[in-house]
Formats: sequence, structure tokens, C-alpha cells
Amino acid sequence: MNRLFTSPNLTGWLLASPLALVLAAFLVLPILMIVVVSFWTATEFSIVPAFSFENYDFLFGSPVTYSVFLNTFKYAAITWAVTLVLGFAVAYFLAFHVRSQTWQTALFLLCTIPFWTSNIIRMISWIPFLGRNGIANSTLISWGVIDEPVEWLLFSDFSVILAFVHLYTLFMVVPIFNTMMRIDRSLLEAANDAGASGFQTLVSVILPLTKPGIMIGSIFVITLVMGDFITVRFMSGSQAANVGRLISNDIALLQYPSAAATAVVLLATVLITIGLMLRLVDIRKEL
Amino acid sequence: MEPRPRSFYILAAIFGLFLLFLYGPTITIAILSFQGPTGGLTFPMRGTSLHWFRDLFKQQAVGDIWGAFGRSAVLGLMVMATTVVVSVMGGLAFRKRFAGSKLLFQLVVASLVIPSILVSLGVGLIFSQAGLPIHWASSGFGAQLTWTLPFGLLIMFAVFNRFDPAYEEAARDQGASAWQTVRHVVLPIIAPSLIGVALFGFTLSYDEFARTLLTSGSHNTLPLEIYGMTTNVTTPVIFALGTLTTVFSLLVIAVFLLTVWAMGRRRASAGSDAGKGV
Repeated sequence: MNRLFTSPNLTGWLLASPLALVLAAFLVLPILMIVVVSFWTATEFSIVPAFSFENYDFLFGSPVTYSVFLNTFKYAAITWAVTLVLGFAVAYFLAFHVRSQTWQTALFLLCTIPFWTSNIIRMISWIPFLGRNGIANSTLISWGVIDEPVEWLLFSDFSVILAFVHLYTLFMVVPIFNTMMRIDRSLLEAANDAGASGFQTLVSVILPLTKPGIMIGSIFVITLVMGDFITVRFMSGSQAANVGRLISNDIALLQYPSAAATAVVLLATVLITIGLMLRLVDIRKEL
Repeated sequence: MEPRPRSFYILAAIFGLFLLFLYGPTITIAILSFQGPTGGLTFPMRGTSLHWFRDLFKQQAVGDIWGAFGRSAVLGLMVMATTVVVSVMGGLAFRKRFAGSKLLFQLVVASLVIPSILVSLGVGLIFSQAGLPIHWASSGFGAQLTWTLPFGLLIMFAVFNRFDPAYEEAARDQGASAWQTVRHVVLPIIAPSLIGVALFGFTLSYDEFARTLLTSGSHNTLPLEIYGMTTNVTTPVIFALGTLTTVFSLLVIAVFLLTVWAMGRRRASAGSDAGKGV
């Protein structure tokens, strides 16, 4: 027993082995399986082992693929911009303006509690707001802003992005708030003493020091949006497409090899995006 | 105290609107779930009743939601227990560098950023090609762990980054074995954070959709059941179900948070247990 605990490698491996086993069995193997199956072919009823580039040929040969990928990037970019601004403002308020620690904890919890409830229910709950006869339309009509209900509130790009912002802003708030809380307050006083305006302090002191939190939040939001299929399907009323829906449609038709090929391309896209972002920040130092 | 700057009021307003944005829709469906029997999916309310909640108990109106709820609750507990144990072990392991620790950490990060539909598809393919039965307690359980473990581990990193090793050194100096140090010193100190890990494990599993979609087999979990309802149910019964499961989630969250709070209080009031021979 004692010898085990004195050899750092062995202890490390013993303690880490359950984690490593789970990730090997349910992350690494499945991804390898997807890569393998992406070279298989499919009949109407089953999938057949083969080594064919058919799925990729079809994928890259179809103009639909490019427009769907473009749409996916569009969702990711808009959602990222909105959640960043909103998340930064919320985190800033919590970190610098709320003075009592009890209030800070309480308000922070209020922001995070929805994360522990169901995303599907939170999507469904937009229906009474955005529908043709929903709260938004009837309010706007009663204010005289519009004469008849607007149709683009629900089942549109607008509702998709609204739902993304609703679901994922807290992935921005939490890491940004975390890094803001570690900023030494005397730096802000120093900036003030040196004659910096509030805005100058924000841009030249707070923003650079918050960058790691912003990066982590951005990675979360961008990967969640790029890999999503359910929000787009539900909130667009099956009218809009992103890569995730392309995959899930193939799955519904039991075209697993084709779904796998699309999944491989999606994975490569996501990993390249993250790889570029990770070059700018070391996550482990920020926890 | 200095007077509040103007930016305080602007940001306070934004924060208030953000909270309204977060909670408004959920509160709305909670109200609408009390629609009268002739009411629809939006306002106006046509009377108030418990009609739609009663419908939840009729098989023909909603399918097997109670079975699904039971499966989700059991699966949540399984994932929770596993997440706590594996995350603590992983957290302890990562306190020292070991051969391959960097690679393992990269895998953990990968587990967070890899789109969940890939995990779902991959696990489903492996189980079906290997001829293993696809079941929520086997393939579904494993697929969900790839989402809860990274969160658990990141929390443990945060905990151990702030952990003062002097406590362990003191225990070792007193002659405690490695296991005794972990059991009687480290674990009690980090216990409140473990409640946090458990909260993540349970709720993320209970609400998970994408990872269970292709890995749950013939018996649906509750999120899958609810999603199925969105395509063919057009009455407020879906709001009633949404309200009920959200209330359940909130109760679970409240229990966890109260436990953390109570532990903190007990610790503060009990003070030192030095010399009591624990």
C-alpha cells in the first residue's frame, strides 16, 4: 500500500483510471467508430463495412452542405456576439457593482439556476411569447407599434438565436465573472489615481484581465451552438438547417455512414475553431 | 460609501431585464398550465383549473411519462454517484503530474467541446455493431458521463487549486497514512464542493437530451418523452408537465444548496474538533 502511494505515476494512474476508462469507452472509441463508419456504405436497411469515399464525395459535392455550414457559422457568430456583450455586462454588474457578498452570491445563483433545469422546457416556454397570437404580438398591437401580428417572431432565425442566447448566456457569465473576481481591486484604484476615466479603465485594465474568462465562455458558446441540432429544429419549426440537423436527419433515415461523414467534418471544424482559440488561453490556470 | 455611479443604474437595469428574460418564459408557462379545460397554448386564460395536471395521470393523454420520470430519476442518481466518485479520484490524481496527465486533461476538455450528437451517434453505433443491448442504464449512462465528468473534474480543479496542503502535511507529521489523510482530512474539507459536483451530476443527467437520444434504447427518459410530446401534443398539458418537472428540478437544486449552507453553518458553529479524537 505504502509503496503504491509513494510512486507518483502509479498513484496518479490508479486514481485517474476510472476517468480514463470512461472517456476511452464512451468518447474516444465512439469517435473512432464514427470515423470508421464514415467510410462504410448503407443499403436501405443496414450499414455495410467498406472503404469508400462515397459519403465524403456526396457531402462535398452537394451545394446544400456549404450553405448549411455557412448557416451554422452564422448562428454561432451572432449568438457569440450577443452572449458576449450581455454576459460581460451581467458579470461586470455582479463583480464590480454589487457590494455585499450575500447579494453577490444570491444574484449569481439566480443567474445559474436555469442551467440546472431542462433546456427543452425552456425552449417550449417561448411558444406563448412568440406565437402569432402570443404575448409579444398582442403587446405590440396594443401599443400601436404594429397593426397586425408579425410572423417572424416564432419559427425563424430570430427565434433560434433568441433561444440560443436564452440557453447559453450563462456559459459566458460564469467564467467572465470568475476572472473578474480575481482582478486585484487596487489596480482599478491605481487606474483611477492615474487619471483614467471609467471607460478607459474598462478598456485598458478590466478587459485585458478578463480575456481568459471571455475565451472560455466563447469556447463553450461556440461549440454548443455549432453542435446543436435540437434548438434549431424546434425553434425554427424545422424550417432552418444547421450541420447538427443534417446529421440527425440522416440518422432518422438510418443513413448512418452519411451521418458519420458529416459528423467527422463537423468535429474537424469545431476542433480547428477551438484549437485556434485555445492558443490564446490556458484553461487550467484560470480555475 | 461612495455614491453609485451612473453606470450602476444602467447595468442594474440590464441585469434586471436579463433576469426577466431568463425566468419570464418559465413563469409564463407555469401560469398557463393552470388554463381552464378549453384554454389554448397562449393567453388569454379561459378560466383556471387543474385540468391539465390531472391529464398527466391519464395514460392516453400523455403516454408513459411516469415511467420516463422514474427512469430519468434513477439514471440521474446513477450518474450523480459515479460523477462524484470519479471526479474526486480524478481531482486527486491531477494534483500531481503523472505520465499522460496532459493527454488525459486534453481528453476531458475534448469531452466538453465535442458536439453531443457525436457521442450519441458513436456510442449507439458501437453498441449496435457489437450486438450489445442499447439501454438507458448502459449506453445512455456512459454517454451522459462524458458530459457530467468534465464539469465534476473542473470543479475539483477549482477546489484543489485553493486547497492548503499544510493540512495534509500536518496529518502526515502526526503519522497518518496516505489513506487516513484523504479520509479524515481532505474529504471532510472538500465535502461542500462534493455536494456541488453531485448537483451537476444529477441535474445535467436528468435534463440531458442529445446524448441520450440514440443511446436510451426502447425506453425513453423524461426529456426524450417531453420532446416527443412537442410534435404531437398541442394542449397546455405539455405546460403542466414542463411546470411539474421544473418544480422538481428547483426542489432538487434547493435541497443541494440548503445542504451546502447547513454544512457551512455547522462548521462555523462547531469550531475546531482538535483533541476530540475524531
